[in-house]
Amino acid sequence: MFQAFLIKYGEIGVKGKNRYVFENALISRIKEVLADAEGMFRIIREQGRIYVEAEGAFDYDETVAALKRVFGVVSICPVVLLEDQGFEALSEAVLSYVKEVYGDRSMTFKVLTRRVNKEFPMESMEVSAELGGRILDHFPNMSVDVHHPEVILHIELRHNIGIYSEVIPGPGGMPLGTNGRSMLLLSGGIDSPVAGYMVAKRGVYIDAVYFHAPPYTSERAKQKVVDLAKLVSRYTGPIRLHVINFTDIQMYIYEKCPHDELTIIMRRYMMRIAQKLAEDTGCLALVTGESIGQVASQTVQSLAATNDVCAMPVFRPLIAFDKEDIVTIAKKIDTYETSILPYEDCCTTFVAKHPVTKPKVEAIRRSELLLEEKIGEMMEQAFATEEIVEIGK
Amino acid sequence: MEAYLDNSATTRCMECAAETVLRLLREDFGNPSSMHAKGVEAERYVREAKAFFASNLKADEKEIYFTSGGTESNNLALIGTAMANRRAGNHLITTEVEHASVRNTMKYLEEQGFRVTYLPVDEDGIVSVEALREALRPETILVSVMYVNNEVGAVQPIDEIGRIIRKTNPGTLFHVDAIQAYGKYRILPKREGIDLLSVSGHKLHGPKGVGMLYVDRRVKIRPILFGGDQQKGLRSGTENVPGYAGMAAAARVCYEDLDRKVERLYALKERFVEGVRALPDVRINGRTGRDSAPHIVSVSFAGVRSEVLLHALEEKGIYVSAGSACSSNKPAVSRTLSGMQLPKEYLGSTLRFSFSFDTTEEEIDYCLQELAGLLPVLRRFVRR
Repeated sequence: MFQAFLIKYGEIGVKGKNRYVFENALISRIKEVLADAEGMFRIIREQGRIYVEAEGAFDYDETVAALKRVFGVVSICPVVLLEDQGFEALSEAVLSYVKEVYGDRSMTFKVLTRRVNKEFPMESMEVSAELGGRILDHFPNMSVDVHHPEVILHIELRHNIGIYSEVIPGPGGMPLGTNGRSMLLLSGGIDSPVAGYMVAKRGVYIDAVYFHAPPYTSERAKQKVVDLAKLVSRYTGPIRLHVINFTDIQMYIYEKCPHDELTIIMRRYMMRIAQKLAEDTGCLALVTGESIGQVASQTVQSLAATNDVCAMPVFRPLIAFDKEDIVTIAKKIDTYETSILPYEDCCTTFVAKHPVTKPKVEAIRRSELLLEEKIGEMMEQAFATEEIVEIGK
Repeated sequence: MEAYLDNSATTRCMECAAETVLRLLREDFGNPSSMHAKGVEAERYVREAKAFFASNLKADEKEIYFTSGGTESNNLALIGTAMANRRAGNHLITTEVEHASVRNTMKYLEEQGFRVTYLPVDEDGIVSVEALREALRPETILVSVMYVNNEVGAVQPIDEIGRIIRKTNPGTLFHVDAIQAYGKYRILPKREGIDLLSVSGHKLHGPKGVGMLYVDRRVKIRPILFGGDQQKGLRSGTENVPGYAGMAAAARVCYEDLDRKVERLYALKERFVEGVRALPDVRINGRTGRDSAPHIVSVSFAGVRSEVLLHALEEKGIYVSAGSACSSNKPAVSRTLSGMQLPKEYLGSTLRFSFSFDTTEEEIDYCLQELAGLLPVLRRFVRR
């Protein structure tokens, strides 16, 4: 019965004169996700409301699923739209709506009217009261509860009229593209895809970098990262994935530096490379999936030592999350199953048995001096291996 | 240069088999169940394929069934006979080193109330016939043993097992998974006391998605797929005519001049084994002589993780399998290797090299040369 959806958005509403920028971004993202859904859609903007209207046949479930992936959407309400032909016609439409959606089920309800069109001859309270009365007359099992109703029947009186009662939660956040672009350090694990999702949810476009280390990591591990990026891009829009061959640098560190500092030094070089890529591609920040204390390289001391090489902001949206909470989000955005596939990096070859958990920045800097001879050249070579995979385009 | 040394995973489909498949897909594409001439013609191809396998095994055409591959052949053999012979007993015997398509089917049958005995193997991966003698009981309805082990190339004493079963308990059925053996060995089920024999097409340069099961005419067996009652009701489903004919074409070529080709394979294997033995800190798992399969060698490299060596070889164009895949998430220890009591430090460091009639001396030498170059480099970077 539904041909249209009312899209409610939250924070955008308070953005003052920039509001149109946010609305435009939201609308263009809605168009993008609906391009892949079955059916033709029209998007109507009207006084703080966005309507998505299907023209002809469409797949309801697929459309709702697509809209649920649009950041900035607070809720999606399947709505019946009709022309304003006076109160009697409205009343007919409301009764058939209730019959269709709820039958004569035993439930409490209230009618809530918003009268935007001040030409409508009745006031909103009057409309609500009158419609409520007629519903009670027609459906003897229903009763009114104005404080805690099970169902709120919304009537929006505009130049045409909308009736809705179902509210499907959206992801919230801000529309993509309203907050610049960041570079995500993407591994094959559970955390980094979630971190990318969370930052993108604040309206940030995401690019990504993956460090692979053949023969210690396999082609399948790389494919897994591509697959993860694809899943994340369903929410974040297209992702440009930079793949950097890290083997030589890793081996060089392994040969020259103390083993218990290996992971920290490795991560510092990953950060340096990611930062350079970010600068070259117009990204203003880095994003990682780090979370305090999860592993040796994510103690506060280790994070500080890693962060020491970063001049741009590093966003760590999961920093205070427990693993279970991260897993919950990974499951929700459908990356979990892929993340736990067993083509894990054989990088563990390089992990020291007892890595430092409280590294001192000065000590790490001193160890890095051991790399002076060749590291500059090796960084250049690593950039030369860059392979770009365009995802979700 | 490229060296494909993973022929126990799959082989390249030979030209004549591929041509047969293509012709039957595009020209003689009929359904054997159709009543018209196209169906009759298709049926002729199925019969010809059956005739080949029947004569190759010295069996009757009526004893040849086609399936979707080795896995289905093994499933049908085990589930089909276990269910049909339930009243005669509920005990099954197999070995600790079977392929997953036997091992996991046995697990399923255990869930269905059957009892299964798993026979141990010695350090060469060979099953103990003594243990079999002890395990056989009047209520044993089936023994399933693979001919050639897919991981280390151990050859099981099939003939002897067949004799023991016939002597001890003639009612017990004997299934042989010959997926790694068929095409390299002449197998005569009736002489060796084999009641059921599984074969896979793509291991012998035929197409994928097709297999064969020999079922002795006296065997009581039930189908596991139900439908249009093709293949006398034992294996419903429209016949994969191109697959059957392609597999038969490939098998025919395999058995032409077999002794000379197998001799050549043994020479290649010896060359490889000799070269590997010259490398420091390696261990060859199982036997390497004429009492082992001519095309499989399992090697453990101390101090090197198998995946790393595998990918390093891959970079040189050399394709092999990990003897046992292990990863940080999911350590999958090979049952064959652990059943052979391989020391723990070798379990994650094992590669399988497997050859085919197409393998050349140059490929063997290239592989040996690259191994010699890679091992010292990779060993320098072991976990400290």
